[in-house]
Amino acid sequence: MTAPPDDCLARNEWICGAYLTSRRHILWEAVLQHLQLTVIAVLIGLLLALPLALAARHRRWAAGPVLGVTTVLYTVPSLAMFSLLLPVYGLSAALVVAGLVLYSLTLLVRNILAGLRAVPEETRQAARGMGYGPVRLLVAVELPLALPAAMAGLRIATVSAVSLVTIGAIVGYGGLGNLIYSGMNTYFKAQVLTASVLCVVIAVAADLLLLLVQRLLTPWTRRQS
Amino acid sequence: MNTLTKAWSWLTTSAHWHGDDGIWTRLGQHLYLTVVCLLISCLIALPVALVLGHLGKGGALAVNISNVGRAVPTFAVLVLLLLTPVGRFGEGPTIVALVLFAVPPLLTNAYVGMREVDQDVVRAARGMGMTGRQLLFQVEVPLALPLVLTGVRIAAVQLVATATIAALAGGGGLGRIITAGFNLASTAQVVAGAALVAAFALIVEGLFAVAQRLAPDRVRDGNAG
Repeated sequence: MTAPPDDCLARNEWICGAYLTSRRHILWEAVLQHLQLTVIAVLIGLLLALPLALAARHRRWAAGPVLGVTTVLYTVPSLAMFSLLLPVYGLSAALVVAGLVLYSLTLLVRNILAGLRAVPEETRQAARGMGYGPVRLLVAVELPLALPAAMAGLRIATVSAVSLVTIGAIVGYGGLGNLIYSGMNTYFKAQVLTASVLCVVIAVAADLLLLLVQRLLTPWTRRQS
Repeated sequence: MNTLTKAWSWLTTSAHWHGDDGIWTRLGQHLYLTVVCLLISCLIALPVALVLGHLGKGGALAVNISNVGRAVPTFAVLVLLLLTPVGRFGEGPTIVALVLFAVPPLLTNAYVGMREVDQDVVRAARGMGMTGRQLLFQVEVPLALPLVLTGVRIAAVQLVATATIAALAGGGGLGRIITAGFNLASTAQVVAGAALVAAFALIVEGLFAVAQRLAPDRVRDGNAG
């Protein structure tokens, strides 16, 4: 009979090295699930938001409904959103992704639209004068100029999604939220703190990564200053 | 659509509205949580933001606090607090977590509102010999009011939405109907609860919108937030 060597798990301490080493796989799996849910949701959100923003920009009648509906969706509480989609998707990862997509839409549509609206009319006319068709105007002029505003929205949407994924724990697909949820029920301090800190680390890392992408995609904004 | 009919009949069963875990009780708890947290957050955030805005300092601080606030999952904060000694004080952890969540948007909006006051007006007021205090209360705050109020509206609606998370940690409020539904494996109750929460959030948003529309011209038009 020998006592366990390092007993911070038994003493239930907040910071515990033994937890990190012994539960490495669990933590890693939770982080992976967290990243997957976030990335898939934000990507789908982006794919849906772009045409919606373009429609709102170019068809005057579409702007009101598009902005109105996405704002209403954003007002619906996250726990309620996941629950309302329950009959459609059942207890699945798709449920959490669908909820997160609906959330990110407001932020993305608003920011992309603001970016598109900020493109100066003279710029557009100049491009038309140079013989640019509507598609080339959009791809080569309008979208690049809308990029900084769109990226700002993307960063907020991503950071919010990382934090909202944790609520997915209610249906068992919450990434690190699962660990927080089960840690709460068992009073497992090290697990709750570690998972919470990892959430924030993921959010901050994602934000910095997007900032870097933005700087690489918009070299012209750097030369001005 | 069977679930929707069942959810509807759950909602229209009068037994579900009364009693200690009835809808009215949960609604009262939800309202109480939202109002208390909104008041505390305003008392903390608004004086700080108004003074910083008046001095013209701390802009980076306000924005950074706001960004960090978004990255920290409220659910994680709630569970962390629950496991500390604060956890023994009933609603204590929920209130602290929600206040931490609501302060950043209030702070940022109020600060931005103060900074967007026309600097010519401020200089004119200085030239008329106004003291710092007079300038703050008679010129800057009234002019910043629309944006400040928009911040309060955003914070209020997000508080209503986020207060549902308290239920995940065993707290009260409308979210409790959803979590109870999950525990009973009753999709109908989950959906009914979610619909209630969503409706409540939308009503609060609507009330603020109407109040802003009815308000005198001076405090309207705070859509920059």
